[in-house]
Formats: sequence, structure tokens, C-alpha cells
Amino acid sequence: MRARLGRLTPALGLVPFLLYLLVFLLVPTLVVLVGSFQEGGRFSLTNIRALSDPSILHALQESVVLSGSTALLGGVLGALLAWLVVGLSPTNVVRRFVVSLCGAFAQTGGVSLAFAWIATIGLSGVVTQWFDDHLHVQLMGSGWLYALPGLILVYCYFQIPLMVIVFLPALEGLRPQWREAAVNLGASKWQYFTQVVVPLLRPAFLGSVLLLFANAFAAYATAAALVSQGSPILPLKIREGLTSEIVLGRQHLAYAIALEMVVVVAIIMVLYALLLRRSARWMR
Amino acid sequence: MTDGTRVELVDLHRHYGPVRALDGLTLTIEPGEMVVLLGPSGCGKTTALRILAGLEEATSGRVVVADKELTHTPANKRDMGMVFQAYSLFPHLTVAENVGFGLKMRGRGGRRRQDRAREMLELVGLAKQVDRYPAQLSGGQQQRVALARALAIEPAVLLLDEPLSALDAKVRVQLRDEIRRVQVEVGTTTLFVTHDQEEALAVADRVGVMNTGRLEQIATPTELYSAPATPFVGEFVGLSNRLAAEVTGGEAVVMGNRLPALAGSVDGHGLALVRPESVRLVPAADGTATVRTVSFLGALSRVTCELPDGTDVLAQMGSDQGAGLRVGERVGIELAPTPVLVIPPETGRPPEEAAPGAPGAAPTTGITPAISGRDQ
Amino acid sequence: MTRRLVRGVLFLLFALYFFVPLLAMLDFSTRNLVGGGRTWDAWKALGVDPQVRTAILASLGLAVCTVALMLVMLLPTMVWVRLRLPRLSRVIEFLCLLPLTIPALVIVVGLSGVYAWVNYFFGYSPLVLTFAYTVLVLPYSYRALDASLGAIDVRTLSEAARSLGAGWFTVITRVVVPNVWGGVLSAAFISVALVLGEYTIASLLNYNTLPVVIALLGKSSGTVSVAASLASIMFAALLLLLLSFVHRRRMPRGS
Repeated sequence: MRARLGRLTPALGLVPFLLYLLVFLLVPTLVVLVGSFQEGGRFSLTNIRALSDPSILHALQESVVLSGSTALLGGVLGALLAWLVVGLSPTNVVRRFVVSLCGAFAQTGGVSLAFAWIATIGLSGVVTQWFDDHLHVQLMGSGWLYALPGLILVYCYFQIPLMVIVFLPALEGLRPQWREAAVNLGASKWQYFTQVVVPLLRPAFLGSVLLLFANAFAAYATAAALVSQGSPILPLKIREGLTSEIVLGRQHLAYAIALEMVVVVAIIMVLYALLLRRSARWMR
Repeated sequence: MTDGTRVELVDLHRHYGPVRALDGLTLTIEPGEMVVLLGPSGCGKTTALRILAGLEEATSGRVVVADKELTHTPANKRDMGMVFQAYSLFPHLTVAENVGFGLKMRGRGGRRRQDRAREMLELVGLAKQVDRYPAQLSGGQQQRVALARALAIEPAVLLLDEPLSALDAKVRVQLRDEIRRVQVEVGTTTLFVTHDQEEALAVADRVGVMNTGRLEQIATPTELYSAPATPFVGEFVGLSNRLAAEVTGGEAVVMGNRLPALAGSVDGHGLALVRPESVRLVPAADGTATVRTVSFLGALSRVTCELPDGTDVLAQMGSDQGAGLRVGERVGIELAPTPVLVIPPETGRPPEEAAPGAPGAAPTTGITPAISGRDQ
Repeated sequence: MTRRLVRGVLFLLFALYFFVPLLAMLDFSTRNLVGGGRTWDAWKALGVDPQVRTAILASLGLAVCTVALMLVMLLPTMVWVRLRLPRLSRVIEFLCLLPLTIPALVIVVGLSGVYAWVNYFFGYSPLVLTFAYTVLVLPYSYRALDASLGAIDVRTLSEAARSLGAGWFTVITRVVVPNVWGGVLSAAFISVALVLGEYTIASLLNYNTLPVVIALLGKSSGTVSVAASLASIMFAALLLLLLSFVHRRRMPRGS
């Protein structure tokens, strides 16, 4: 008995941490999970079925389009910027500056970024006015900044930096000896790129793009700050569900949508983990 | 068996601002020969190799291979095979695919690539590892694959950039003999770069000792050891005692012994570089020297003695001779009549310039003569 | 030569994309909407307007509390796992990276029930968001601390300290922490950047942190919102720039 207790004691050291996670992470998740299968205090599939409502499906579609396009755009452009930066030495001032700025944009809240773009090409934005005064072009006529196209533009503002942060380590992992060996064995620049760089970086690139997708899919702040009318994407549908004064007969709809969101993101993260494991097989 | 190619490096200079990595290197490697460039880090040996490979450009000078000027040819068109110190195998390709990479770049078909890859892997003794990935191989095996890969394309020149430095001591010895065996069998002209003098002397046809961008001496291993041309070579290669000497007319008088002085010695006062194996200790109650330490190293023993003026003398002998010596015993010192290099007394540099060879205490196999640097 | 030109042009394009909005923000926030010309009123409001000032203090306070709670929660746990429960390290890693998969938006939906209790015990100040925020910063802090802890041999160091008579508290505070300072700073700075910008949980639980106030003001007083946004971004960038200089000394070799 004592021996068993003795073996348990080290584990007790984890109790505060586990308890904390339980209360503030697992319980809310469970609440969402359970809540989506309830309505009016009883078990019900109403909310789950509501997920196939046209407006919700449309929001899902828009979310996927938004996340997919910004993941690809951010992925390609971010990889490009990372490539530009990786050639500089780690102590180079420009590199430090770029990486810090990327960190700031990627981590800082969507609200600040939304206002950055409102100030630039919003209805009274600086660039909008410049176009109006000098070129007599109405940049913001249709108000597209406050709908999906605008969201894509602003999302890229944090997707590109996020890509740089996530992909740079992979680029750094490209050892110079590989390039030299390839060149020594007769490879031209193109052959080196297609035969060595692409196969080696493909898993990391795809993994990073997946991460960007998940990031955009679950993002809320930017859209909330930009879009005040309507709920074109899923996160805003959740806001509608939570803050709507008119109870649409479905109190727990927000829970069901949140569950849907978790499922999608979880699938993406599983794919990400699989890709990571595959490339870890070679590296080291 | 390929007919070898002659390699000529003509007056190579490489400057980075004020730093002179190469300061006028001229070297000819005969067809089929293995030349080893030996020197401390920063001496320019790797720079010379990389200029030959085309991975770096010389500030001035020429690179000529088989009478063709290659100075400005890009690296991927030079028909050379290179083995790097570490990490050069492509991690996403199997061993066989790695070895066949150069052939793929040249457009060789799949079947012929596979056959050639298999042939090369058998040459280096790795026929069974064909489908493994580099991460699954040991360091020594990886370097063998690298060697097979470099030779698969039948290069005119084989380049080795410190290929053994990242490996364990035991593997190092095995692999260097392998490399030599393969090189002789295939007959490719080879340039090998290392900072390990035991390695250099063991495998080379000729060794070039470099220091601060210049070639101090190039000679066969035996010549280099027994007849060093400059003080740096004398102290870098092998262990030496520095004993006061007086030189007149090509003869040096060291501790009462008359020894021939090598060309390059100073006249008058100087320090003679005397090899430990040339020092003979004779137990004598009235001897001038006192035994300080006796180190048993297996087949050999090393004994240090102290002279009345405080100088230490290192002697090396077979352990049967050394068995009888005790610490504190008085001995007389005799020097064998081997020619010695006498260096100027002011240039006596502290031992950190000497090359690392076999680790201090014991020779690695006990069979090779225990040639090591003084930094033990 | 052309290679350098291409690089230069690309850099320039990226620079434009990232700096034009920042400059636009500066321009926008210094506009005098009444009389035309330039004014620093919006920026002055950051310190003067009571609503904004309270929000700034709330967010800063939250940042400090979150970092403190994160360190108190995470560091001893991670050291403990390394020393006594190495087999559980995978589990802990999974748990710490879980918030990446469960988005803040989802957490907040289920959090209102929990927060009813939190309000009961701790009141209604925005600082109670600390509990939720610590969960949000877990993945990034875990990675930063894990990298640092992995670079030193925690086991040997703590055994040496214990054999010299140190208690566990001393081991953590006087032996481990000074050696993982880089990781601690990294985790702290990233957490601060995250907390200062967090909007989802704060707004949906109705607390007035800085981002929430910025968004609210956006409708009425655009210039102040833009000024506050610019200040947030620059502050985060400054923090991370400072962090990159701390890391200079501690660049690990190889991977």
C-alpha cells in the first residue's frame, strides 16, 4: 500500500496543473460538446440538424473559401518572404526586424489589423482618399473591405507573417552541404530545386499551409471588427447565436456551430501532425 | 580503372579583405596520385580544395585539369566527385538513390543507374544497405555512401574534405584504410584535406603541409617526417624535443653528440628538433639526467627526463627497454645519428601549433608508430 | 547581379505591403477632422480619455497577471515532469498544444458557465480573464520553455543542487530559472503580445479590455481607435525585437 502511494506521489505534483486545465479548457469544451446535443434542457438533435440550414452551410462555405484562399496566398507569399530572409545572417538587423515584425503581426490581435486596413482603404482611408483625389477612382465604392474580399486582404496581413514564422525553421534546416553536393554531382540550379529542395520542403510547406488554414478558420477578432452587419462566415454566425436578442428558437445553435468548428480544426491538426511525423523520419 | 588526370593549381590566391586565406599556392597532382593537404585550421587547405571543386572562386591564379583551363568553369560542370565532412547525403533519398544522383543529373537511365549504384556500394562494402535511408546508417556508413556517390560518376578528380573528422577514433582508422584501398583500386587522382597528421602520413602518396595560406613543404610521408624543410613542418609533424645545439659546417653538436644538420638549419646557435625515438637512455649513477615520468603505452613506452638546467627531454622506446627505468633514477642521454633540423632559438613557438594525431595516451592500434603532436 | 535586383524588388514590395497600412494609420490618427491639418488629439486621448485609459491599464494588468500565472503553472510542472515523470512528457505536450486545436471562439462559448463561478469568487474586474488567457498562451509558452529546458540538462543540475542541500523551491528558482532565462523571456513576451490583442474571449464575455474598447470606439471615434491599434502593434513589435537581441547570446548550435 505504501509502495503504491509512493509511486503516486510524483504524479501528485501535476495535480494543480491538470486541475487548472480541467476547469478552464476541458470543461468549456465539454459544455460545447454536450450543449450541441441539447435543446430546451433535453437531449435533442435539433441543433445538429440546423447545421445543414442553407444560411449555415453558406457560412461554412464562405469560411472554407476564406481560409483556403488566405492559406494558399499566405503560404506562397510567406514562403517567398522567408526565403528572402533566410539568406541573411541571424544577427543581421534587417532579418531581426522582419522576423520581429512578423511575430508582432501574427500574434497581435485582429482588431488592430482590421483598423490598420480601415485606416488605409476604408471609406475614409488614406489610400482611398488619395485615389479619389488624384485618380478620381472610387476604391471603396462597393464597401468590399467590409465583406469577404476585404477579409481575404486583411487576413493575409497576419497569414503571411505567420507563414514566415512557421516555415523559416524548415528553410534553415536546408543544409548548405546538400546544395554543394548536388552542384558537385552536376545539378543545375533548377535540378537542385526540383530534385532536392522541393521534396525536402514539401511536407513542411504543406503542414504550414494547413496550420494557416486552421488559423484563419478559427479567427474571430478581425472579422468581428470589420463586419458589423450580417454573418457571412461561421465565427460570425457564432457571434450571432450568442448575442442575438431575438432567440431564433434555438438557444444552443452557437454550441453546435462551435462543435462543427472544432471538428474541422481537429481534422486539420491531425493531418498536420501526420505530415510532421513523415518529414521527421528523414530530418535526423 | 581510369587513367588518371593531372591536376595543377597555379599560384592560387584567395583574399577576403585583409585576410589572406590562400597566399600563392602552386601544386601539381600527378595522375592517379593521392595528395593530402595537412595543416591547422585556417591554413587554407579547405579553401584550396573548394576552389578546385568550383565551390569558391580564387582571387587570382589558375586551375588546370588534364591540360584544360577550369578556373572559370561552374562547379556543376567540372566532373569532380566530392566527399564532405558530414551531412551531405540527401536525407529524402535511399542509399541507392543517393549514389545514383550524379548519374541522374547526367541523364543516365534508371536500369544503368541502379546497376552502377549497386556496383559502387559493393566496392565500399555496403551492398546490403541499398534501400535504407541515411538517417538509419552510422556515421562511418554514411561516409562510405558519400564515397560511393562521388565515385559513381567516374570523376576525373576525387576530392575529400576532412571526411573522417566527424567520426569516432576507431571508425576513423578503419575508414581511412578503406578510402585508400578504394582510391588505389579505382586509380582516380585524389586531393584529401585533413588536420590529422597520423591520417595524412598513413594514406598519402605525398603530403603537403600548409600554414597561413602557403605550402611549406610537399614530400612523401617518410621524407616529411625525417627531413622537415621548415621549423613549422618540423614541429607540426611528429613529436620533437627542442635541445640547444651549435651548428658549424653542416654538423650540429647537441648535448655532446655530433649529428648531421638538415638543409634549412640555421648556423651557429639554435634549437635542434630531436625525435623521441632517437633519444637513448642509459642508466648510470653519474648520469646527467633524472627520470621524471614513465608512461607505458602498450608496445611503446615514453619517458621524460629532466636535465640539470631544467629542460625536459622526451624519449620513446620499446616497452621491453623501458621496463627497467624508475622515477628518480639517474640516466645518461645518447642521441642516434639521425639528421636533425636546427631552428632559430627565437622562433621556438609554443606547442599549440602542433597537429592533433592519435589521442595522447595510447596509440590507437599499437601497430602504427606513435606519431602524435605535442599538445597532449 | 540580377539576383540581387530581384531580391531588392521583392523586399520592396513586401515592405510596401506591410508599411503602407502602418503609415496610413499614423496619418489617419493624426487627422484633424474639424479644422483640417494635423493634430495629436487622438494620441493624447489614449492617456486622457477615461474609458481608453482604464482599458489600457486593464490590458497591461492582464498581461502581467497572465505571464505570472503562466510561469507559476507551467515552469514547475515542466521541470517536475522532466525530473520525475519523463514518460508523461508526451501527454503534457499534447495537453499544452491542445488550445491550438480548440479555438478561443469555442472555448468562450462554453466558458460563460465557468465564469459565473469565477465572478462569484473573484469579482468582475477584467483581470479575471487571466485564467482563460493563461490557457490561450499555453501552446506558445510551452514551446518556448520546452526548447530552453531541452538545451540544459535539468536532471544533472537539479541532482547536483540537491546533493549540495538545496530544497525544491531553491532548485527551481535559483538553479533552473536562471538557466532558462531565454525561454522564460520568450514565453513572457509572446504571451504579452497575445494578451494585448485578445478580443474574442474578452468581447464575448463582456469585459472592457483595450481591443474591446478599440472596436467599440471605432464606430464613433475612428482616430482614437486607429491610434490605439498602431500603439498596440508597435509595442508588440518592440517587445519581439528586444527578444531577438536576448536570443543572440543563446543561439543553440545545429538544429
